[in-house]
Formats: sequence, C-alpha cells, structure tokens
Amino acid sequence: MNFTMKTFYNGTSFNRSDIPMPDNDTFFQGVLDAVTAGWRVCSYFGVPNAGGATLYCILSARAGSGTLGIVATSVGRSFPSLAIACPQMHLFEREIAEQCLVRPEGHPWFKPVRFQKPLCEGEGFWNGSDGGGLLPGVMDFYRVEGDEVHEVAVGPVHAGIIEPGHFRFQCHGEEVFHLEIALGFQHRGIERALIGGPTPRTMHQMETIAGDTTVGHGQAYCMNMESLGGIFASPRAETVRGIALELERLANHAGDLGAIAGDVGYLPTASFCGRIRGDFLNMTAMLCGSRFSRGLLRPGGIGYDCDAALAAELYTRLQSAREDLAGAVDLLWNSPSVMARLEDIGIVTETDAREIGLVGPAARACGLNRDVRRDHPFGIFRMSQIPVITATTCDVAARTLLRWLEAERSMDFIDEQVRHLPRGTYRNQMKEIAPERCAVALTEGWRGEICHVALTDSQGRFERYKIVDPSFHNWNGLGLALRNQQISDFPLCNKSFNLSYCGFDL
Amino acid sequence: MMNSTITNCTIHILLALVMPPLLLGIIGKTKAKFAGRVGAPFLQPYHDIIRLLQKGSVFSTTTSWVFRAGPIVALATTAVAALLVPFGAHHSPISFNGDMILYAYLFALGRFFTMAAALDTGSSFEGMGSAREATFSCLAEPTLFFALITLSRLSGSYSLSGMLVNINLSVWIHTSAALLLLVGGMFIVLLAENCRIPFDDPNTHLELTMIHEVMVLDHSGPALGIIQYAAALKLFVLGAFFVHLALPYSTGNPLLDWGLFIISMLELAVVIGVVESVMARLRLIRIPQLLVAATILAAFSTLLVIR
Repeated sequence: MNFTMKTFYNGTSFNRSDIPMPDNDTFFQGVLDAVTAGWRVCSYFGVPNAGGATLYCILSARAGSGTLGIVATSVGRSFPSLAIACPQMHLFEREIAEQCLVRPEGHPWFKPVRFQKPLCEGEGFWNGSDGGGLLPGVMDFYRVEGDEVHEVAVGPVHAGIIEPGHFRFQCHGEEVFHLEIALGFQHRGIERALIGGPTPRTMHQMETIAGDTTVGHGQAYCMNMESLGGIFASPRAETVRGIALELERLANHAGDLGAIAGDVGYLPTASFCGRIRGDFLNMTAMLCGSRFSRGLLRPGGIGYDCDAALAAELYTRLQSAREDLAGAVDLLWNSPSVMARLEDIGIVTETDAREIGLVGPAARACGLNRDVRRDHPFGIFRMSQIPVITATTCDVAARTLLRWLEAERSMDFIDEQVRHLPRGTYRNQMKEIAPERCAVALTEGWRGEICHVALTDSQGRFERYKIVDPSFHNWNGLGLALRNQQISDFPLCNKSFNLSYCGFDL
Repeated sequence: MMNSTITNCTIHILLALVMPPLLLGIIGKTKAKFAGRVGAPFLQPYHDIIRLLQKGSVFSTTTSWVFRAGPIVALATTAVAALLVPFGAHHSPISFNGDMILYAYLFALGRFFTMAAALDTGSSFEGMGSAREATFSCLAEPTLFFALITLSRLSGSYSLSGMLVNINLSVWIHTSAALLLLVGGMFIVLLAENCRIPFDDPNTHLELTMIHEVMVLDHSGPALGIIQYAAALKLFVLGAFFVHLALPYSTGNPLLDWGLFIISMLELAVVIGVVESVMARLRLIRIPQLLVAATILAAFSTLLVIR
C-alpha cells in the first residue's frame, strides 16, 4: 500500500474522511521516511476508541512550500515506537501512551509525561503504591553511578517566583553529566475539558493555556473556529491580531533580555528591561484593556476595535519604547564581562536541535531556519512578511542576540501596520461549526510554533482538540544544553530558553 | 594619654558595632542609582537585621549543634578580628606581635564553622556551596599573606596596628609600585571574601549559582540576622584594612582622623557599588583565575620590597 498524506495549508479544514488511513506498517514506515526526507512532526496524538486508538500525525514540509500533511492509522493496544529512529517523536509517544493507554513498543524511555489521568477508561501503565495514579515527579530518574557522582535535585518549589518543575542533575563536581526534567505539576486537564466543546468558556481556556502566550494560542484557536465555521476575519481584525502577537513577542523578549542580564548579575539592563516590558504590556492594554491580551481575540475577529487615535498613540509609544530598549540592550553588548558570561554556554548543536525538533527562537539560535510566520503564513503574515533571523553560535549569547534582533523586526512590523490599518468591520458573526471536519492551525508564538488540531464529530462538537505548545518540543533542548556544562550555569541556560511549564502541562 | 586611648577604643568599638550595615545600604543605593531606581533607604539593612532578630527560628531535625554554632562562631570570630585591625590612623584596641596571623585565621575559623553548619544540613545545594567556598578561600589566602609579608617588611612590625598605621603618604611615594600592586590584589580579595560581584551575587535567588548565600539557606530568624550582621562586619573589617592601604591619609588630629576614616569607608562602599553595577558576575570556573591573578600581584609587591 502506498503512503500518501493529505496535504493542506495552514489554517484550513477538510473532511475527516479525506485523511488517509493506511495500515500500520505503511503509516509508521511512511512517517519515518517523511521525517528522513526533511518533514518535521508538528503534532502526533491519539484519539482513544474501544479497541485502542487512532493515531494522527501532522507533519510540516521543508521551508518554501508552505505544505502541511496529515495521515492517520488505527492501532490496537500497542504500536511500534519510532522514538529511537526519530527522537522528535519520543515525547509524543509517551503522551499517547498516557492519554490513550496504548503502548509504544520498544520505546527507549517509557515514562509518564504529565502524570495525568487517561482520556479513556482503563488501567494506566504507571500506578502509585496505593494503586491510584502517580503523583507528579514520582518516577525512576536516569542515574549515573560512581563514587564521585552526586545527584542534585531542584524544585518543584523554587527560590524564585516561577512555576513548579523538578530538575534532577547527575553531577561530577560542578560538571553536569545529565539533566532530567520532570513536569506535570501544573496539569489542569485542558484537553479533556475541551472534548464536547466549543462552549462559551473555550476561548478563555485557550487564552490561559500559557498565560504569557495569550495571542499565540488565541490566534490558533480563532483560526480553527473560523475555518470550521466557514467564515473569515476581516483584514482589519487580522492586522490588529498581528500587532497584538508582535506586542506579546516584544514584551516577552524584552522581559527575557532583562532576566538574562539579571541572572548574570548585570543590574542596569535587568532593571530597565523589566520596566520596558511593562511598556509593551501597557500598549497591549490600550488595545483591549488587559495587559495580557485577554478578551482581544475572538473567533470571527477581535473583541475591541482599534481607532485612528489609538493607532497614533500606539505608534508614539512604540517609538519611545524602541529607544529605551535599544539603549538598555546596547549596554549588554558593550560590557565584556556580560558577553564573556553568555558566550559558549549551553550549546545545542544544529544536528541535535534538528533531531529533537526544536522550534522558535531556540531553534533559530541553532541555525535552523524555521518560522511559522514565513513557512506557513497565517493572518496578516500572508500579506506582510517579517524577515526570519537565525544565529549560528547555538549558545546563550545566540539566544540573547536573537531575541533582540527579533524584537527589532517586530517593532518595524508594528510601526508599519499601525500606520496602515485597513478599514472595515472588526468582527464577523461566528457561524455553527461544521461536523466531521478536521482543522489545523499553526501560529508562531513568541516561544515558537503552536499547533492546534480540532476534530469534530457528527454533531459539530470537538471529539478531540489537540494542543501542542512550543515548550513541548523544546524542554528536551534545555536538557541537552546542560550536558557537560557547569551546574552553576543552569539558571542562565534555563532563562535563555524560558519555557512554559503550564503550556507543557496543559 | 590614657584618656585618649580609652576614647579611641570606645569610638573603635562603637564604629565596629554600628556602622557595618550602613555600608551595605550605601552599596545598595549606588546600585539602584545605576539601575535607574530609587532603591531601598540607606538604613534598610538595619531594619532587616532587627526584623530577623525578632523572628522565631526553624531548625531542621537532621541538624546537630554544629548547625546552630555556625552563625555564632562566624560573628564571634569577625568581632574579635574587628578588635585587631586599626581603623584609620588609630591603633587597634588589641595589638601584639603576630596578631596578623590571628587576624587571618579568625576568618578561616568562622568560615570553617559556616561550612560545617552548611554540611550539617545534608542538603546537596549547601554541600556545593561549601565546596566552592573552600576552593575559593584557599586561593584567596595566599594573597592576604603576601600582603602581610610586604607590609611587615615595609614597617618592620609584626602587628597589624604597627604595619598599617605606618603606611602614610611618604611610604607610598617611595614604594608606590609595590603598594599599587598590593591595592589591586587586596581589592580582588576584598570582593571575593565578601561575596560581592563579580565573584558572587548577594542578591541572587538562584541557589545553583550561589557561593556564600547557598550555605546559609537553612538558617532562619535570629540566626540569619546574625549571619547578615557578621557578613556586614566582615566587609567593614576587611574594608578598613584595604582603606589603610589605598587611602593612607592622616591629619594628626584624632577627631579629624576618625571623620576621615568614616568618609573613606563610605567611599569604599560607593566604589564597590559602582563595580557591581558596571560588570556581570564571572563564570564560576573563571573565579580561580582571577584569584590567582590577585596572588601574583601581591607576590610581585613582596618581591619589590624584599629585593
């Protein structure tokens, strides 16, 4: 049987009957061949059924064509694991096992992901001593044996004000041999809650998948709803969404630049950037009344219009924020002690980054030229492009520099957009969503690629709504970045990735 | 004569008791100015220490008396060291031949107990912190001894008061090269011993990067207050030693000299604040290199005066 994928473009929907369902051998061999040929796994998930599960794999073609592909297969209680040949699937397979109770045979590192309850009835693969489910972080960790090897455990309660996550280091003196990360402490059951949706509550759940990526996830959800409902957002709404997405990127990049400076003990940039982040958040608040874009994006358009006076004010504020940010960040590049601290730390080689499927700034800092805004344009980015920036040194300095360069491009973009805001309505009426359809939406949040997949049943309800946050791809990158590094450099490496705990834990 | 000695001793002890936290306040204020912030009031460290002293303590059940002794020994040793070092142009309350050795090893004793208390908790963080502290203090010690050798050679005295009060402008003019090297080396040791940037960041919350702060993570309430006060006192005592070398002015008038000393210490705090503002922390593996550089500076100054 020949392996074919249903190909489509970002933000479109199609009948579920159009998705090819090859037999298992063809499916797994085909996916493996596709990855070898340069396709990348965006999402790989299961929908549980009585005898096992249906696995869906969504792949993205190499940059240039803008093509996405989807293929599915039906499996029984187990399926062959591809993780060894294709490391970017390893976490997806563990997630499938945890959610659908089907076992990936031959998985090299078969452990829970979020310590969550399965989406279907049945016995999980992992049970606690009391017979119930496991508590987060309760599992066997990778261990390095030896007299001089010691183990350092950090978290889930941290000294700083951050989300909970557990980090287990295998150290030889100050050198880290291996870092294993256990997450799941923030699991809220979002995917389970979405089954049978959408409800009036759904948009709010989407906005809080990762609190700092409201627009990124909101945009993906709106795209899915619009393509399922057969409507379009007006150009005016798309432009404001684009501005909000870039403002979100700016606020977070500015905050990260400050936090990286703070971690190396360089106070001026840390303080200035903390304030400038607030400036960007306040610009977002001008658009919708919320500093974190809550209520701005709505299926069919935007919740609040942006009039000419507001656009002019936004433009003025952006100019002063740009000056401040440039000044604060220049201090970093001009301080040799700061650059010495950032260079050659936390290197993830380009090969490793490609193998584990990094996305977003973390991938671009390793020289991987991938950006959903260009590769699979959506919304305003179909009309107006933002140049993609890559760095080559793969270290913390690269991730820092990349944030600044991206921030510059984003400010250029907003500059242009606020001056040429299209006229017209800002919100179209939402329609009933179509039954038996599949919609896929990819957006480039500030951390990287966000992938939402909606499968509707015969009633036009979500049978499954799969969310992939960029952090899901990238946490392994942090683990690799720490190999043979000083343990004292961990906070800095962690900050340079700045991944989401709740986005991963869902 | 007797009266003036008693007055000097009283002022010496009063200053050592009252002034140290002010230095921290000034450093904080300087850093805040550089960062474009208002910053905490100058007296904030006093409030912090008083607040901590009024709190209750929590002791881990896995710890022994060593854990409780840590802060107290650290404070006691630093306080005795404060009596040995002369402030400004005045002799110290206690001085005898060879007190410089006691001075150096009082700090070592305090450090030993701080490290032992940290190890007593059994925490992997505190073990790491102790290992770092032990490594770096080993490397800082030779600098201090080369400095003491140089100074005793210059003054012909084996007591801190004798060797430090002896340094004045005319000595500086004659042996400026040796003293400049010494000032460079001692400033590095001053920052390293007091856990300031670029060696350690006293304000960080990142337990994996800390050196000194991570050793005292388990202390709370009054014990932590004592540790903070002892740290401030240590900065003051080492600072007084350094100020002697760097700013050896004296007017001859005892009261004016006290004023001069206080101003010099405040200046030193500002300088430390500026250094902390304009540079980032060193990578941990680079710290030994800088400490060895300090030792080389001090060793050259010794060579210059011995030749």
